[in-house]
Amino acid sequence: MSKKELNIFKLLSQKPWEASQAAIDNQHDGKTLDLSKAKLGVRTIMVVSTVIFSLFVVSYSDRMLVHDWKSLSEPWLLWINTAILIFTSFVFHKAKIYSDKNEFEKAKNTLLLVGFLSFAFITGQLLVWQHFISIGQYASTNPANAFFYLLTALHSLHLLGGLFFWGRATTKLFTDNFNVTKTKQAIELCAIYWHFLLIVWFILFGLMIAS
Amino acid sequence: MNDEYTDNKIETKAADSSSGSYAPPAEKIPAQEAPDQELYHAKSFWTKWVFCQDAKVIGIQYALTATAIGMIGLILSWGMRLQLGFPETFSFLGPATYYQSVTMHGMIMVIYLLTALFLGGFGNYLIPLMVGARDMVFPYVNMVSYWMFLVAVLVLIASFFVPGGPTGAGWTLYPPQAILPGTPGSEMGIVLMLVSLSLFVIGFTMGGLNYVITILQSRTRGMTLMRMPLTIWGIFTATVLALLAFPALFVACIMMTLDNLLGTSFFMPEIFTMGEKLDYAGGSPILFQHLFWFFGHPEVYIVALPAFGIVSDLISVHARKNVFGYRMMVWAIVIIGALSFIVWAHHMYVSGMNPWFGFFFATTTLIIAVPTAIKVYNWVLTLWRGNIHLTIPMLFSLGFIVTFVNGGITGLFLGNVIIDVPLSDTYFVVAHFHMVMGIAPLMVVFGAIYHWYPLITGRHLNQTLGKIHFWVTFVGAYAIYFPMHYLGFIGVPRRYFEMYDSPYMTSGVGLNQFITVAALIVGFTQFLFLYNIFTSWYKGEKSERNPWKANSLEWHTPDYPPTHGNFGKELPVVYRWPYDFSVPGSDKEYIPQHVAPSEVPTAKAEQT
Repeated sequence: MSKKELNIFKLLSQKPWEASQAAIDNQHDGKTLDLSKAKLGVRTIMVVSTVIFSLFVVSYSDRMLVHDWKSLSEPWLLWINTAILIFTSFVFHKAKIYSDKNEFEKAKNTLLLVGFLSFAFITGQLLVWQHFISIGQYASTNPANAFFYLLTALHSLHLLGGLFFWGRATTKLFTDNFNVTKTKQAIELCAIYWHFLLIVWFILFGLMIAS
Repeated sequence: MNDEYTDNKIETKAADSSSGSYAPPAEKIPAQEAPDQELYHAKSFWTKWVFCQDAKVIGIQYALTATAIGMIGLILSWGMRLQLGFPETFSFLGPATYYQSVTMHGMIMVIYLLTALFLGGFGNYLIPLMVGARDMVFPYVNMVSYWMFLVAVLVLIASFFVPGGPTGAGWTLYPPQAILPGTPGSEMGIVLMLVSLSLFVIGFTMGGLNYVITILQSRTRGMTLMRMPLTIWGIFTATVLALLAFPALFVACIMMTLDNLLGTSFFMPEIFTMGEKLDYAGGSPILFQHLFWFFGHPEVYIVALPAFGIVSDLISVHARKNVFGYRMMVWAIVIIGALSFIVWAHHMYVSGMNPWFGFFFATTTLIIAVPTAIKVYNWVLTLWRGNIHLTIPMLFSLGFIVTFVNGGITGLFLGNVIIDVPLSDTYFVVAHFHMVMGIAPLMVVFGAIYHWYPLITGRHLNQTLGKIHFWVTFVGAYAIYFPMHYLGFIGVPRRYFEMYDSPYMTSGVGLNQFITVAALIVGFTQFLFLYNIFTSWYKGEKSERNPWKANSLEWHTPDYPPTHGNFGKELPVVYRWPYDFSVPGSDKEYIPQHVAPSEVPTAKAEQT
């Protein structure tokens, strides 16, 4: 049984009562997609996060049309943070390539760099917050500010959630006897999640610049 | 994985299609060779029953917690009914407490009782058993999901005890009034409500992840999607809806919390109170309504779809007949699920939106009636010439069909803008949604509990108490909600604490008293039902294995009731759908899903 039901219309028009279909069905291994459950789990989480951020983007676009909207001037620090995040994604990609090649010593070091950069990004975001607070731009000052604080906070929380799993994967590499397949998969999935968060940040940051 | 199977060289006879029977494999197919799931084996009492990772126990935990909070919701409704029926005799409820009761009753019943019971309770217990899995795919996450739900419930209960009490903003929590002084609970109650909802959404997402991925990836061999029981289809589609819809509630909750605590203006327009201008400006209350109903309408189907699925299985088993139009039932579930995301604004006809916008949503709303009607016809056709056993699950299923048709038809009226506008703020709406998403799904919940109780405990519920429970609930529900439609027609407004001597109320006084008495009786019967559940646990009549002679896998586990790991040493292999009752040509009255065609050579395949 190799055919996986990728096409929902095909699936829903199956005729399970026909002998030929029954023969195929009896051999079915019970998996719908050729994906590991962890991968599917991460994808589901990314779908749910996408819905959350999309709804915020819709609310943002709706709110910014009102006349009292005063957009923030993005400080240069935000551009540096963006650069850091891009670099983090790049390094994570490197780490994934190393772990694919079973070069775990190198993977370990790049992963540590990823952690450092991610925390640097979060610290950078906090510095931007501090900057805004110091010049009197609070969340309640203007709706643009409110959205800025809210979206950066949510994005960083997503990153912190990712760092939890990054921590689990990285500590595995420090033990002597780790499950190679599982660790490789964990590194790969974390990398995908980091790229996802980079794309989310591009969209959020782009929205802030555009308005 | 695919290579493993070809290595086995399973012999398949040439399909003997002329006889129309399930001809292929003459031999039984060996069970899955894929490595078994790593299960956490509990050792102590704590890990076995409290911090448990077994989906069956988590399901029971979910169900008990949901029932407990649901009882609070029930008692709140008594308070409201006493106030409405006999305002002079029972004057203990002030206006503030009345609104708090309305709010908490609505929120508890919709989210913390029905959603948690169907998906958390039935979902956890039934999914792994029915698809032939040992457990959920992420048991640890599943456990955390329950504990998040419990914390959400505790936060909700805590709001009863904070200064100002729980929020009284109505279950829709519309801003700006929800967070402004003057609304009961606008101090701490609303914050706790929003936090509790956010926690619920996070916890549910963890559970939902498990339900979806277990159904997609963890089925046993031979269990194709089109051989799954409809219960699983219903729960699956509802979970997908919930994963996509709950984020809207989450987003709305977060923004409103910030409006309240930090003074932002996401939803708050310019407001003057007591002659003074507040700091809010420019926010859009309508935006909240859109977000809320983008969650709120799918929520109706999150409750209804599992009920649709479960009732299909109950009707089929207790009428000893296959489900009429299985494929069409699956299509209808999927189509209803998809459509449910483009009808939300029919809750907002009176919000002052563009009439063309309303026209669009009225159209989509009426289109949803088509797949829903197909399902009703199919249930009726399943019963047609069936061998109907009037067991308690069957009684509740019949009650469900009638009630659902009833509530659904009033829904068609309300779906039209021009009829909705005058009726929107009357008791007609209250009667409609209680019929369609209160009583109807509850009928299924009750039927399902009577049906699966023997599986969970190995004992039957008391039949006499069960019959009393059914008849009082069924007749009583109509005694409550039929007159309520009429109250709506004569113009009695909903959400009012007291009607005084307004002209349209004077003719409704007697009816209101009648409704209150009926509500008290029906409510009391639910406690009788709980008594039945708890006493039958240890002194109910012992049930033999598979008492309803059902085909689906959960009744055919090696241990009865099923134990940790569900299926003993080998997972079952599935050869057929779960509705092979009275199959032509077979001498067996029913053929369970794991019976190989070689064991029932004469059975003919039935077109679904």
